Amino acid sequence: MNQLFGLIAVFAYLSLLTVGGGMAAFPEMKTLVVDTYHWMTFPQLIHLYSVGQMAPGPNMMMIAGVGQWVAGPVGALVVVLAFFLPTGLFTLWVGRLWKRLDHWRWRASIQRGLAPVSIGLLLAGAISIGKGTLTGFDSALLCAGVCGILLATRMNPLPLIGGCAVIGFFLFR
Amino acid sequence: MSDTPAPPAVPASQPQRDAPVDDVPQVSLTEIFVGFLVIGATSFGGGVVAYLRTGLVGRRKWIADETFLELLSICQTLPGLNASNMAILVGDRLRGTAGAAVALAGICLPGGILMMAAAMAYAASQGTHVGIGAALHGISAAAVGLVLSVTIQLGRKTLIHWADFAFVALTVIGVNVLHQSVLLVLLVVGALAIFWYRPDRLPPGGHQP
Repeated sequence: MNQLFGLIAVFAYLSLLTVGGGMAAFPEMKTLVVDTYHWMTFPQLIHLYSVGQMAPGPNMMMIAGVGQWVAGPVGALVVVLAFFLPTGLFTLWVGRLWKRLDHWRWRASIQRGLAPVSIGLLLAGAISIGKGTLTGFDSALLCAGVCGILLATRMNPLPLIGGCAVIGFFLFR
Repeated sequence: MSDTPAPPAVPASQPQRDAPVDDVPQVSLTEIFVGFLVIGATSFGGGVVAYLRTGLVGRRKWIADETFLELLSICQTLPGLNASNMAILVGDRLRGTAGAAVALAGICLPGGILMMAAAMAYAASQGTHVGIGAALHGISAAAVGLVLSVTIQLGRKTLIHWADFAFVALTVIGVNVLHQSVLLVLLVVGALAIFWYRPDRLPPGGHQP
């Protein structure tokens, strides 16, 4: 039971940080899930996050995996509700208000100002997960290869991730 | 505005309705749920927003492309994932709060169930086979590359002025070097950036502060 309250508190809080994308919340998720609550180890969290990149739908559905890991199906349900309800209600409210905010002069300032900050948060998240993942020359090369191919071709990343699973299977065992 | 209450005692599927207020198409809650469920189940490889645009604007013609882009700009400023926020805003336009709820449920359900199954399988696999950990290591490296490529693509569009790069650097330093909480960094650097681009320094349509 205590676990469930912990899950609700952690994921409701994390949802507020996802400005610009789910990745923005990753550093804080690492701190809370791994260091504070000891629900799983850092490599385990990275593995779940990475598998989540292959799942369809919003790119943070891996949180359902964390809930499942900690407290079973109820944990998964609780985590998803805690993660999507607070920001969802806020979005619903602002969405209806938005037209009236059209002439509010700060609206453009908020959009313009938060744009670079959200890029910074994405990059910070990538650095945080990279610290746990890029443990050597091999993994750094895989990462750079995937990044370069995606930038050059804009292909669907799924086959690349699958390819890296196969390469990793032979390379890292 | 978009909070159009359903007429009393008329089931969603009944065709006899008054002329629609606004230009919002008549879509039943079931259709909304199924529409978003399909996108939630097929949007492999990230970039769910692109799948949403194809499905909602192109195939189903539920909203105009202009509206889609306007809603997207709201989502990008607010906390919450773009994909789930878009589901909420489009669902709200189509059928009010209930529409938003079923749209959100639809888009989250397939990935959520898949991740539950993945977590169960992962828990069961712990310590059984070194190959699984090795493959996951490869997947993780690819995932970091994916996140980096998304960051660079967004950055190319967004980072125009030197101040933008300064705000990116301050954010990264706050989180990764000073190890401050993301919330604190978001509030401090966010406020700084919004103040930097305050209304009297932001000419309409221009980028120069």
